[in-house]
Amino acid sequence: MTGWFNVILQGVLIGGLYAMFAAGLSLIFGVMRLVNIAHGDLIVLAAYIALMATTSLGLDPLTSLIIVVPAMALIGYALQRGLLNRTLGDDLLPPLLVTFGLSIIIQNGLLELFTADSRKLQAGAIEVQTLQVMQGVWVGALPFIQFVVAVAVIAGLQQLFYRTALGRAFRATSDDQAVAQLMGLDTRHVFAMAMALSLAIVAIAGVFLAVRANFDPSIGPARLIFGFEAVIIGGLGSMWGTLAGGVILGVAQAIGAQIDPGWQLLAGHIAFLVILAVRPQGLFPKVSG
Amino acid sequence: MPDPLLDIRGIDAFYGDFQALFGVSLRVNAGEVVAIIGANGAGKSTLLKTIAGLMHPSSGDIIFDGASLGAMPAFAVVKRGIALVPEGRRLFPSLSVEENLLIGAESRRKGPWTLPRIYDLFPILAERRHVPATSLSGGQQQMAAIGRALMSNPRVLLCDEISLGLAPIIVKDIYAQLPSIAGEGLSVVIVEQDIAQALKAARQVYCLQEGRVALQGDARELTRERISAAYFGV
Repeated sequence: MTGWFNVILQGVLIGGLYAMFAAGLSLIFGVMRLVNIAHGDLIVLAAYIALMATTSLGLDPLTSLIIVVPAMALIGYALQRGLLNRTLGDDLLPPLLVTFGLSIIIQNGLLELFTADSRKLQAGAIEVQTLQVMQGVWVGALPFIQFVVAVAVIAGLQQLFYRTALGRAFRATSDDQAVAQLMGLDTRHVFAMAMALSLAIVAIAGVFLAVRANFDPSIGPARLIFGFEAVIIGGLGSMWGTLAGGVILGVAQAIGAQIDPGWQLLAGHIAFLVILAVRPQGLFPKVSG
Repeated sequence: MPDPLLDIRGIDAFYGDFQALFGVSLRVNAGEVVAIIGANGAGKSTLLKTIAGLMHPSSGDIIFDGASLGAMPAFAVVKRGIALVPEGRRLFPSLSVEENLLIGAESRRKGPWTLPRIYDLFPILAERRHVPATSLSGGQQQMAAIGRALMSNPRVLLCDEISLGLAPIIVKDIYAQLPSIAGEGLSVVIVEQDIAQALKAARQVYCLQEGRVALQGDARELTRERISAAYFGV
């Protein structure tokens, strides 16, 4: 019994990471209807920036966030102003193609710079520390921190969206771009702020991913799929739904892996397909105003 | 005669290959109410969109307060002091009434119009400040749309068909507020299908017909015959 409880608990914790993959995707799609195919590769890029920060400056991975988060946010702002804003229009295809190209460029650029070797961020003693939840059930300190951070990120996004002027600008721009401009909002700047925020979350996700497991330049697209699945399961436009989507995906994968290690990814995809078939709008779709 | 606050000099405007405005000229003095009338498709909304910077004239020029607006984008035009109440109100459905008003202040222009002043002008909005903008009635939505535009403390307020789809009594209520809005020294340009309403509210009237100014003059001097001739082109 505690065995299964343990499996589900580990699934929930990894779900926090998937929710962070998904939150940035969902934010960008919500504000500017842009499907960012390069999202997964940007997560890997963040992991490599963290790798450089930890090896060259001797920072531990969690401390490196104070460099990686602003660096990724800056990259996001520049990427949106310099490139992606030019692709936005009535047609959904150009941004899709451009971010697909970007995905390939990032993967190959990282391959050139860092080779195809698997890397990992070393967090030291905290990697093996555990907390006992109950008799026979233990959680790792890092997965626990990762989940708490994920919940904090989602809660923070929720507050930002509904309590701040920036969030108001995001929602207004999402509703009606032309009228948002009439209010004095430069939508190019609003979009760039949304991308900066998305990549700031990507930075956090990338660092936790790199501490938890090995990474190499080619793993981005699979992270993108996890992110997409979590967004769809949770329901587009809902922040807490995104967390639920990540958790469901994580638990499904953990249960699959427990039955047979080869079934880990398959179980996640099956859970996604079942929800898509039964409830295509996701579990917690945004209530339409 | 002093220089007008807003001076539109012979602008042409296109939607793709379709020309919507042909050499339209129009002058708005400070503190004046100007009405633009005309049939559907005469180019009234296009003219307002072009002034507000949502579209750009292909030739001609728009001079505001002595400087050309050129191809200035809409978010910069509102910062200079021209606000548009768009046709169909177009409040932000994801935002509450109060948030819709607050976002009107995004251009950060200082002036007499603040949230409490808007609530004084339209008390019903204060009562319903926390509900989603879409749950307001049509008339209340129009008040919110006007309030949202006023929050930018404009020097010129452009109103596109504010009576559209509203009960006559509501239209009367809204127009009754126009003098207290213009009383702040603000110029108002109204686009209106309701000619009687337009003639009552405005000092100068321009009638557009198929993208051209067919008639212009003092609201008190224009006769019904001349207006219908300009309106219908007969």
